[in-house]
Amino acid sequence: MNADSKIGNTLTCFHCGDECHDDSIKIDEKFFCCNGCKTVYEIFEQNNLCNYYNLENSPGISPNLNFGKRFDYLEDYLTIQKLLDYQDEKISNVTFNIPQMHCSSCIWLLENLYKLNKSIKNSRVDFLKKKLSIQFNHSEISLKQIVQLLASIGYEPQILLDTVDQKEEKHLNKKLFYKIGIAGFCFGNVMLLSFPEYLSIDITETYFRKLFGHLNLLLSLPVFFYSASGYFISALQGLKKKFINLDVPISLGILALFLRSAFEVLILSGPGYFDSLTGLVFFLLIGKFLQEKTYDTLSFDRNYKSYFPLAVTILIDGKEESIPVSNLKTGNRIIVRKNELIPADCVLFNGDGRIDYSFVTGESKPVGKVSGEMIYAGGRQLGGAIELEVIKEVSQSYLTQLWNHDSFSKISKSTFTNFSNAVSKYFTTAVLLIAAAAALYWFQSDSAKALNVFTAVLIVACPCALALSTPFTLGNAMRIFGKNKLYVKNSAVIEKIAKINSIVFDKTGTITQPGKSDLIYHGKILTPHQQKSIKSIVRNSTHPLSKKIFDSLEAEDFFPVTAYNEITGKGIEGVIYGNPIKIGSSEFIGLVNDHSKNNFLKTEIHISFNDEVLGNFIVSNSYREGIAETIKQIEKKYKLSLLSGDNPAEKENLQKYFTSESNLLFNQSPEDKLNYIKTLQSKNEIVMMIGDGLNDAGALNQSDIGISVTDDISNFTPASDAIADAGILNRLVDFLKYSRDSVNIIYINFGISFFYNVIGLSFAVQGLLSPLIAAVLMPLSSITVVSFATLATNFIAKRRNLAWK
Amino acid sequence: MEVIVILIFISLFIAGSFLVAFLWAVKSGQYKDTYTPSVRVLFDADDKRVDSSNKKMKK
Repeated sequence: MNADSKIGNTLTCFHCGDECHDDSIKIDEKFFCCNGCKTVYEIFEQNNLCNYYNLENSPGISPNLNFGKRFDYLEDYLTIQKLLDYQDEKISNVTFNIPQMHCSSCIWLLENLYKLNKSIKNSRVDFLKKKLSIQFNHSEISLKQIVQLLASIGYEPQILLDTVDQKEEKHLNKKLFYKIGIAGFCFGNVMLLSFPEYLSIDITETYFRKLFGHLNLLLSLPVFFYSASGYFISALQGLKKKFINLDVPISLGILALFLRSAFEVLILSGPGYFDSLTGLVFFLLIGKFLQEKTYDTLSFDRNYKSYFPLAVTILIDGKEESIPVSNLKTGNRIIVRKNELIPADCVLFNGDGRIDYSFVTGESKPVGKVSGEMIYAGGRQLGGAIELEVIKEVSQSYLTQLWNHDSFSKISKSTFTNFSNAVSKYFTTAVLLIAAAAALYWFQSDSAKALNVFTAVLIVACPCALALSTPFTLGNAMRIFGKNKLYVKNSAVIEKIAKINSIVFDKTGTITQPGKSDLIYHGKILTPHQQKSIKSIVRNSTHPLSKKIFDSLEAEDFFPVTAYNEITGKGIEGVIYGNPIKIGSSEFIGLVNDHSKNNFLKTEIHISFNDEVLGNFIVSNSYREGIAETIKQIEKKYKLSLLSGDNPAEKENLQKYFTSESNLLFNQSPEDKLNYIKTLQSKNEIVMMIGDGLNDAGALNQSDIGISVTDDISNFTPASDAIADAGILNRLVDFLKYSRDSVNIIYINFGISFFYNVIGLSFAVQGLLSPLIAAVLMPLSSITVVSFATLATNFIAKRRNLAWK
Repeated sequence: MEVIVILIFISLFIAGSFLVAFLWAVKSGQYKDTYTPSVRVLFDADDKRVDSSNKKMKK
């Protein structure tokens, strides 16, 4: 590139905003960086879609226009049926995942697709989920044509192996909304009709009293039978498994409230406790809503299927064909183009491989591969198209066979019971005993009152406050964690974090920062002349490693370099004053490469000067900021281990961070990591695993708490209990402490609700529990517990220097 | 006093219609995506006017 064109005004592409190399590609004073962008502009221009450019500046995405036969698999009938949401005689519905959408222009364009093709009836965007649903007339346009249309304007849908598996959406949340809506409506109206009772207005006309009572009964029917149904079902399910969960005492309370109130209204023309009943259910459901709230836009249960493509191009008798990845057989020849994924373990047959394994190992530096070398599944090809021969099927590959392991077939992974369920057994027994004792006492003197007292005890002891304290405390803690960029799957995770006693780290990409690394030279000491020579040669290369070497060497001026040559993925060479110099991989400078060693990840740059090997530069990973301090603090309380898939080259360096008591393990395969966690668990340790790549997936799944670390939370992360932004790892200690604080708040709240229960019970056993006392006491205890939970979690977050607002 | 009965039924009816509106809103998926509609509402529906403004920009 001519350096002069940069000076003055930089030309940016009208479509995508990238820098233009020159001003040759233009239409009416608008410049484009490539023909792809120009083509997209022309399509929009012809279809009156230029409003796209008015909404945002340069919103476009440079398209990849060479699809070839890439989308041929979308002609397969079974694949189409799996992808479609719905189909009738004329119209089909399909939903695509389009990760490229990033601004309001994207929304506008994707919702105006019908202007590009008349057969598309309607298209709707869900921006936060990056989803586009399209209704189209399938007799006029095929699914393949739609995907090609989207790809041609830069929005190629992401069709992955699991896209076809995950069709059903969760409707659970909708039901909860209905239940809350109905309970809220009934609660409000019952309160209104109970007002005369609250104000002790003497209603002389029994007609009104009866009317209000009956209306209240009517209004509480949907609450009892619909809104509260979840508690009865859960309680029964628990009892069937001979396990008393918190829903058992709640159900008892609701049942007692309803039956007693119905009895009072229908037989005694009394007021009943319907306000307490509906209010209780309403508050409980709100607590449930908080507890079930999760991060919709994040996915916590992805396996390799959410990362691997649905189809792959294979070569049969020299002809390209597109087949589903699952049909791939050993011996197939496949073509992997730029930015495509290697779906199975292969041997490179043709072309230069530059493989990015960042999602597998966390190492972001591409690995160079030449013909005959083995390439493991999961890497992304960054160079041009390569031809590969499959040596293992997808499910049997080095990485993916991990998912055949038993730990993934288990339905629930631990027998963790939260605090409130643990106490409910004792709570229920105690309440039933008190109720029975009080009833027995009254039975001797006033048999009519016995039943009255029995139900009153059940009503007042209903652990409403207890049931609210956990969701409100943990819900708020979860919100605070989210504000601080630790996204937990659900609120129960926080309670689990508080219990762990062992922490296992992954190395690459987790405690080291991908992309940032230090350079260490090993070998013969370089003379100033040699240093200057090497520096003069690497000056010619734009490769990031060359730049790194350039920066590390000292020389003021440069030698003239002749016969300079750069071979992508291998190295650079040149001649200085007749001395040939080679800098690059071991094969490149003529060293024998030991294939048996796992040199999958190691980055070594060898130097040969005048055909004599001088030594090599080793790129060592640099550690994330503050990680040393964090590790030091963690070690005081937790057992610490480190698992790395790398060779132990870094061991010396790491021992500075980890004390000798910690376990440092190297050369760990994905399965080794999983088994290590298992071993720890068999020693009764509660393990938290912190990892990032697909190679940690097994360990993350097996551990009690798996946290996946990522530099960009919209990126792919393996299945885990929490997703952490990499920048917050140095705050890990604070998060651990805060989790324990939250659990302590739940304990304190339990004390508060117990205190209210004692007051309520003292009324109940004396047979003095009037509807008014119940109506005051029950909301009061709930409000105290809820406000204490919220205020305390906020206060402690502030003290721990966590963002809370 | 009997008028209270009528008032109560009217109030129940009005509150009930709000409940129905809420249930309908949930059912039609209005709580599923709370972000995109806020952007969508700002788009001009009239494409002709948009095109003319675009042409002006070109000059």
